[in-house]
This record gives sequence, structure tokens and C-alpha cells, in this order.
Amino acid sequence: METVNSPILKITELSAWFGANQVLRNIAMNIERNTVTSIMGPSGCGKSTFIRCLNRMHDLTPGFRLSGGIVYDGTDIYSDPIDPVALRRKVGMVFQQPNPFPRMSIFENVAVGLRLNGKNMPKSELAGRVEQSLRMAALWNEAKDHLSRPGTSLSGGQQQRLCIARALAVEPGILLMDEPCSALDPVSTGKIEELIEELGERLTIIVVTHNMQQAARISDFVAFFLMGDLVELDRSAKIFTNPSDKRTEEYITGRFG
Amino acid sequence: MESIAIRRKLTDRAMTGLFLFAAILVVAPLFLIFADLLWKGAKELRWSLLTDLPHPVGETGGGIANGILGTLTISGLAMAVGIPVAVMTGIYLAEYGRGWFASIVRFCVDTLAGVPSIIMGIFGYVLVVLPMKRFSAWAAAAALAMIFIPIVVRTTEEMLKTVPHSVREAALALGIERWKATLFITVRTAWSGIVTGILLAMARILGETAPLLFTALGNQFWQSRLDGPIAAIPLQVFTYAISPYEDWHDKAWAGAVVLILMVLSISMAARFFTREKKWKP
Ligand SMILES: Nc1ncnc2c1ncn2[C@@H]1O[C@H](COP(=O)(O)OP(=O)(O)OP(=O)(O)O)[C@@H](O)[C@H]1O
Ligand SMILES: [Mg+2]
Repeated sequence: METVNSPILKITELSAWFGANQVLRNIAMNIERNTVTSIMGPSGCGKSTFIRCLNRMHDLTPGFRLSGGIVYDGTDIYSDPIDPVALRRKVGMVFQQPNPFPRMSIFENVAVGLRLNGKNMPKSELAGRVEQSLRMAALWNEAKDHLSRPGTSLSGGQQQRLCIARALAVEPGILLMDEPCSALDPVSTGKIEELIEELGERLTIIVVTHNMQQAARISDFVAFFLMGDLVELDRSAKIFTNPSDKRTEEYITGRFG
Repeated sequence: MESIAIRRKLTDRAMTGLFLFAAILVVAPLFLIFADLLWKGAKELRWSLLTDLPHPVGETGGGIANGILGTLTISGLAMAVGIPVAVMTGIYLAEYGRGWFASIVRFCVDTLAGVPSIIMGIFGYVLVVLPMKRFSAWAAAAALAMIFIPIVVRTTEEMLKTVPHSVREAALALGIERWKATLFITVRTAWSGIVTGILLAMARILGETAPLLFTALGNQFWQSRLDGPIAAIPLQVFTYAISPYEDWHDKAWAGAVVLILMVLSISMAARFFTREKKWKP
């Protein structure tokens, strides 16, 4: 049995290809439970590809191939008995562009994952779960009086928090976020950052970001990628004050990237 | 400099006028047709048109009630079969259709959409009327379904393709099974567009005449069975219009008014479904 202190994710020798193009090379890292890890690196270095490996979002991409191991709570997620659909309920995802379901109300957007995942629960319980998720996403106070409005009627920042609530509703153990603030204004960004810090207390978050201040503020760990390689993974304080690798130092001091 | 500016402005005005003129040219016939029909059919436009059976030649009055019921029956049958088949095919093409089989389906559907409607009538005749040895609502419905289905398949596919990829990704990332995500999220997102396509195709088959000539045949009386010759408004209009009798001509016009009103109301329903649902706080 895994202990609470063992890493929630153990990634070993992960390589990935789109056709003949190798995008990730021998990535190895452990992700500790209930921490926030930022993934940084210049555009095109494979950050999105990497986090999409973790919830098997590439499964339907033609030409995609991967080798190596991703072990989540003791089970290799690419091994046979693992159902990718069930895995994605455990490993949630928030995208760069807020993408609430059009034609669904705020309430439905949050409830739809529970409803369609075959969990038959009484209405009151569903409403409770929706409220709880919206509270966790710090959207409850703004949305509680308009739950039947379309999700798309919210502002961009609110929509992104709605998407976070939607992901949280199915109670994932890990939340992947691919540049969740890059389409948002500074105030909305600040709110999402606060949210990430709070959520990091009770679930594991892996967030791709281009913003170093943001990474420094929100993360316990920072991983620095460069052209498909993991250059360095360390405590965020260490990375930003005293990185071990020269390339990391060059990147964070803005000498390239 | 100035003259160039003026010339530009004039050209711009002229082009705008030209576009507007073209638009008017497109809309005008609808009004002309409708006004003309009302004018000529006025004599026979009375309530009994909708409630009575046709009267024999020379007898005044009488209606096209059996034709209205027949048209609704045939179209209803065609749609009962056509909607599920066409919508599911559209879903297949939009959501799963990547390979060679999908290309063949797409090609066949496009070809089918271009087949003249009289051929669909012959199709109904050969495949249903001949084996059953009688004209019937079934045969007419089969012919109309062959016109209805390709239209709905393609509009369904087009509408589903307007749903952004991010919607499908979000559903996938929530751990929703693909078929459920397709039905309850993607199709739902495009639903009003799909319904609009269905309504427009319905308007189209309501007025089809040629495919009914060899299938429904027409009937002066009520028809309670689906396996016998059945009346339909377009057939009645056709019969009346080519007859040598003056009062039947008037009835043809009146029947045409009823038909066009049905089509118009369906088009309006379609508008209702496509209108932007804007949120007003
Ligand atoms: N679906 C795909 N098919 C083929 N190649 C792809 C695909 N997605 C990404 N790639 C390639 O993989 C490489 C890494 O892309 P990825 O999106 O992971 O980069 P990234 O680090 O997230 O960049 P950014 O910061 O710009 O988002 C790029 O060279 C890209 O061209
Ligand atoms: Mg990316």
C-alpha cells in the first residue's frame, strides 16, 4: 500500500513522439501529494504535451506515441487494466482558453460531469456538490444568484473559475492546468493564483505557466523544460534563487526564451 | 485628390445599391407569389377548405381536408424514419467519420441530395408499390424520406462541425465517455441548428409533388389505411390545376395558399430555433 507521503505521480523515462518528431526525452520526475508544481520553459518545449500525457489526452491524436512509465498511486496509467475514461476523472484538466459548455447553465456546467459519469445522486446532493465545487473555485458568491444563467454569460475570469469548478466537481486527485491565466486580465489572474494556492492544500496541482512571478508565487516546485528535456526540478525557492543548471539560470534571468 | 475621393464615394454608393437591388430581386418573388395566390385563390378560401372533402366537378364548396391529413401523414412517416437515421448519420460523419468509408457515405449523401425528385418517386414505385401491388402512403413516405434524409444528414454534420474542438476536449477531460459526450454535450450544443435543418427539410418535402405521382397517387376520399392510395395537397393542386374546369382552377389556387402557409409557418419556426439566444440580464 502506498503511504500518504509517497509521491502521487512517479514518472520514469517518459519519451513522446508526434509521428517521427520526438517532443519529450526521458523525462523523470516525482510529484508529491498536495503540492503545486509549475512547469516552465520556452514555447514549444513540450510542456503541454507533457501534462496531456498525464491524463491520456493524446489517446485520440493520430501519430502520437509514448514510452516510459507514469505511475499514479501505484498503478501505471498506460497499463492495460486502466480505463482512460476513469483515469480522467481522477486527473482533471483546465485549459488555456476558458471553455464552459455553451448552451448549459452555470449549474449544469458544474453538474454535467457528475450526471454523465453515471453517478445517480438525489437532486439535493447534486446541488450540494455543485455548491461545494463553486465555493472551492471561489465563484459561489458571484454566481449563487444566477445559477440558471448560461455559463458563457460570465466574464472570462469567471468562466475560467467555472471551468475549475467543473473539473473539481468530479473530485480529481490531480488537477492539470495549461496556462490557465494567459487569456485573463491581471485581476482575474490574481484570483486564480490565490485559488491555486488554496487548492494546493488539498489536491495535487500541476500548472504550466510562462509567468515567472506567478510560478514563484504559487508553486512549491518548479520544473524547467527545454526542447523536450527536463533540465531541472526543484523547490521553487531554490530554482529562483540558486538554480543548479546554468540553462535554468539563463532562462529565469531572461537571457533567452 | 478631391475628385478621387468623390469618385470613390460614388462607386461605393453604386455598389451598395447594386447589392441591395440583388437582395430585393431575391425577396420580391416571395411576395409576388403570395399576393398572386391570395388574389386568385380568394374565391375558394373559406373555412370548409380545411374541413371538407373535395366536391365533384360543378358542385361549389368542398375542401382539401383529406389532402391536408394525407400530406401530414406522409411527411410524418417520412420524418419518423428519416430523423433518427439522418441525425445519426450526421453524427457519424461529424464525430467519427475520418476514413474512406465516411468519404463514401459523404459522396453518396451528396449524390442523393442532387437526385431529381421524380426519380425518388420512381424509386418508391419500384421498391414499394410494385411488391405491394398497390399505391400507398408507405411508398410516398419512402420517396419523401429519400429526399429528406440527405438534407438533414448534411445540415447535422455542418452544425456539429461548428461546435468548437475545445468543447469536445473539455468533455473528454472530465472523464465522460465518448458517446455520452457526443450525445449530451456536442449534439446538445448544436441542437438548435440541427432542428432548424430538420424543419427546413420538412418544408421542402411538404410541397413535393413529383415523387407522389407514382406512390401516393391521390384520393378523393378519406384514407384510413397506410397501405392504400392517399390524398396529398400538392397532388390535389396538381389535379385541379390541369383540369379544364374553372372552379377547380380556383381550388388549385386556394390549395396552393394552404401549402405555402404551411411552409411559411415552418420556416418561421426554423427562424425561431436559430435566433441567437442572447442573455439579457
Ligand atoms: N497535435 C500535434 N501534432 C503534431 N505535433 C504537435 C502536436 N502538438 C504539439 N506538437 C509539437 O510538439 C512540440 C511541443 O509542443 P507543446 O504544445 O507541448 O509545446 P509547449 O511547451 O506547450 O509550447 P507553448 O508554450 O507554446 O504552449 C512542438 O514542436 C509542436 O509542434
Ligand atoms: Mg502549451
